[in-house]
Amino acid sequence: MLFNRRTLVLTAALAAAAPFSASMPAFAQDTLNNVSYDPTRELYREYSEHFNKVWQAKTGRTVVVSNSHGGSGAQVRAVVEGLPADVVTFPLEGDILGIEAAGLIQPGWQSEFPAESSPYTSTIVFLVRAGNPKGIKDWNDLIKDGVEVITPNPKTSGGARYNYLAAWAYELERSGGDAQKAQDFVAELYRHVPVLDTGARGSTNTFVQNKVGDVLLAWENEALLSLKEFGAGEYEIIVPSLSVLAEVKVAVVDKNVDAKGTREIATAFLNELYTPEAQKIFARNFYRPLHPDQVDPAELANFKDVKLITVGEVFGGWAKAQPEHFGEGGIFDQIYSKD
Amino acid sequence: MADVSFDANIAAPAVQSSTDESAPVRIALIALTVFVLALFLVVPLVSIFVQALAMGIGPALSTFRDPEAISAILLTLLVAAIAVPCNLLFGIAAAWAIAKYRFPGRAFLVTLIDLPFSVSPVVAGLVYVLLLGPFTPIGAWLLEDYGVRIIFAVPGVVLATIFVTFPFIARELIPLMQDQGTGDEEAALSLGASGWQTFRHVTLPNVKWALLYGVLLCNARAMGEFGAVAVISGKLRGETVTMPLQIELYYQEFRALAQVSAFSMAAVLAGLALVTLAIKTWLEWRYADQLAATRAGH
Amino acid sequence: MARFRFRQPSIVPGFGLTFGFTVFYLSLIVLIPIAGLFIKTFELDWASFQRIVTGPRFLAALRLSFGASLLAALFNVVVGVLIAWVLVRYRFFARKLLDAIIDLPFALPTAVAGIALTSLYVPSGWIGQLFSPYGITIAYTPVGIWIALVFIGLPFVVRTVQPVLEDFNREVEEAAATLGAPRRTTILRVVAPPLIPAVLTGFSLAFARAVGEYGSVIFIAGNIPRQTEILPLLIVFRLEEREYAAAAAIAAVMLSVSFLILLTINLIQVWSDRRFGNG
Repeated sequence: MLFNRRTLVLTAALAAAAPFSASMPAFAQDTLNNVSYDPTRELYREYSEHFNKVWQAKTGRTVVVSNSHGGSGAQVRAVVEGLPADVVTFPLEGDILGIEAAGLIQPGWQSEFPAESSPYTSTIVFLVRAGNPKGIKDWNDLIKDGVEVITPNPKTSGGARYNYLAAWAYELERSGGDAQKAQDFVAELYRHVPVLDTGARGSTNTFVQNKVGDVLLAWENEALLSLKEFGAGEYEIIVPSLSVLAEVKVAVVDKNVDAKGTREIATAFLNELYTPEAQKIFARNFYRPLHPDQVDPAELANFKDVKLITVGEVFGGWAKAQPEHFGEGGIFDQIYSKD
Repeated sequence: MADVSFDANIAAPAVQSSTDESAPVRIALIALTVFVLALFLVVPLVSIFVQALAMGIGPALSTFRDPEAISAILLTLLVAAIAVPCNLLFGIAAAWAIAKYRFPGRAFLVTLIDLPFSVSPVVAGLVYVLLLGPFTPIGAWLLEDYGVRIIFAVPGVVLATIFVTFPFIARELIPLMQDQGTGDEEAALSLGASGWQTFRHVTLPNVKWALLYGVLLCNARAMGEFGAVAVISGKLRGETVTMPLQIELYYQEFRALAQVSAFSMAAVLAGLALVTLAIKTWLEWRYADQLAATRAGH
Repeated sequence: MARFRFRQPSIVPGFGLTFGFTVFYLSLIVLIPIAGLFIKTFELDWASFQRIVTGPRFLAALRLSFGASLLAALFNVVVGVLIAWVLVRYRFFARKLLDAIIDLPFALPTAVAGIALTSLYVPSGWIGQLFSPYGITIAYTPVGIWIALVFIGLPFVVRTVQPVLEDFNREVEEAAATLGAPRRTTILRVVAPPLIPAVLTGFSLAFARAVGEYGSVIFIAGNIPRQTEILPLLIVFRLEEREYAAAAAIAAVMLSVSFLILLTINLIQVWSDRRFGNG
């Protein structure tokens, strides 16, 4: 008898859950899951509204875009483990390569959309407290005595990997290509880090809300957003002599869209990223647009000229850099296994 | 200290019984308790409410007009409404089996029931992903043959919640029922009551307070679970995001208003906790005589 | 389900049903998923397993997680018994209120607790600023981790000791006092022994919960390898690399240690049950 009652309860529960999990569908409505990384919350909130209008004008149907955000590592894992993503928008090619390796995305996705499937870019800059009390100008100032650096953990955060690689590239160039010097420099840099948050947003919160550290290694868009939200009087942006070009990559998750029949809308969602309207949204949200000519010049003033290296040139691409530097037992781990 | 209290006892027999500490000791202990609780519990609680109201009451309330927030609240209520009854049924069955009988391996069984307490919430989510994810045999079978998605959907959130709140009710009941023994039940049975009648009219009234307490705690924890649900939910906004996840999403958002929203929702959960605790306290006060009678019998 | 032979005879009915359901539900929700975890561990060969569980970072995290949890649980035993005693024995202003908020850590989402504690204990926070003039930092150090673990474990000891104290027969204490025992002796010899099983339960629950805690600790821990990196975080790293077998191995080691500790304490309780005759 107890068993029957239990079954009843479960059945009732599942019956109650069923309409809920279908997200209360209205008629003539499409849904799309965009799985993205930490700092793009504000960007895709705005872009989804824009896309809804475009889609409605084109097809007469509304679309509900579910944007999922988190550390890129955790997000990639969720997609590989079966999170029903239609499209993915990640800061590293390496992230999408991981999904490709799991058989969810067909090889050759890089050429599916213009500019190697990279509709916008960003870079890494420094955010310091008002007046720059520690006099930080460039990467080598970060390892001065008494400077505390805030950066997330490269094991879990894509942005943190760019921070690390930018520091490496700086010292590599300064020393004329000495990899050992570069490694020592990066090791010294991490000795100045009091806390490794798991995501870029966590680090920004540590620096801004909790007021820990002297300098935050940040996505350019995060740094600009901090100025906008918390006032220019509180923080300053310092652009180092050299930084890294962060090529954001987008892809349709082939296996999922074929199973759900959402390829058309998923492709439309990503193609729309290359339109002038979308490029304006990027600039407004402090991402470097692919086509600066389509954007209000006043907004371009935010993006300072800086020498940008790419992961391809200096590190031989993500497929090589990822295991070498950030894999289990890689250089980042070695840095912390020395006393 | 001991001698002092003994003397004080003689000096003031009317006020001070032999089983009380002297006034200074008592006051010191009370002060220490108040200090520890204030430091570890009250201050964090107050800080949540302060941050929720940082921009005034209006922005705090506007949180609950956000469709995402509403959907998170509904999902949380749904999850608790499923998880708590499941664990209630289990708690009663387990307590009955363990407390009313003696068999080898009882300690082992109790330990197994405690196990979810010691499993890292991250691992709790992981075990279900490994077992029921869409790329596992069971997950693929459910998804392809029945179209039922467990992981990254509502059923997974429910499962993870059941797991982490698994021991609460059983844990409340087992020690009490063990303490009460089987005397009352045996008396009822020997007077001709059926097993169900015995349970309904003898056991249940004896344990109803512990039961209620267990349900309240189980419910609070079910609504507040973060780690396990975070691993299993996929954080699809408006679909698989519970209140704690929504709080984290707000917290990570970069608008000043989102910070207020995060703490407003946290304040609701904290307030919910306070209300359930208030209900419990009120019930204890209201039915103090019954409660005392239940205890006195043993 | 057939009546089990191995239990002692009793006229109380329903053993088959309740025992059967208990084992069934336990297996479905807890045992089978956890067995899956251990099976996953076997995908590793012995050498890789050994490499994982003897690495300096793993060992440092193990020491930190179990050490901080032990210290937090011990602290909780001391203040937990004290709080239970004060709440049961004394009548004072706001007692009910204090009694009610004990359960707060159970009910508050762990991430919220972590965020709130971190903002309090950073050098610019309400509490952190009291310490920072003396060069003491709490957030992002092992002390911060300890504070978060004390927070989440506090209710366990209080709530297990409280009912036993409430049930405690004060006539026994009075008898001891009448016979001339000083208060200290009464407490040590008369009051303390019956509390031991409850204290042990509270300790083991607080300890086990602390070892696995993630949400509230991750914000206040610095997550610096070999200094403030907790064991559950290592699992998260391996998960994100999709090294499921390695993640499962760390989880399995953690679980086994916690399980052994819990089992030992539950065995002590069964033994003390028998020794002091209860039920």
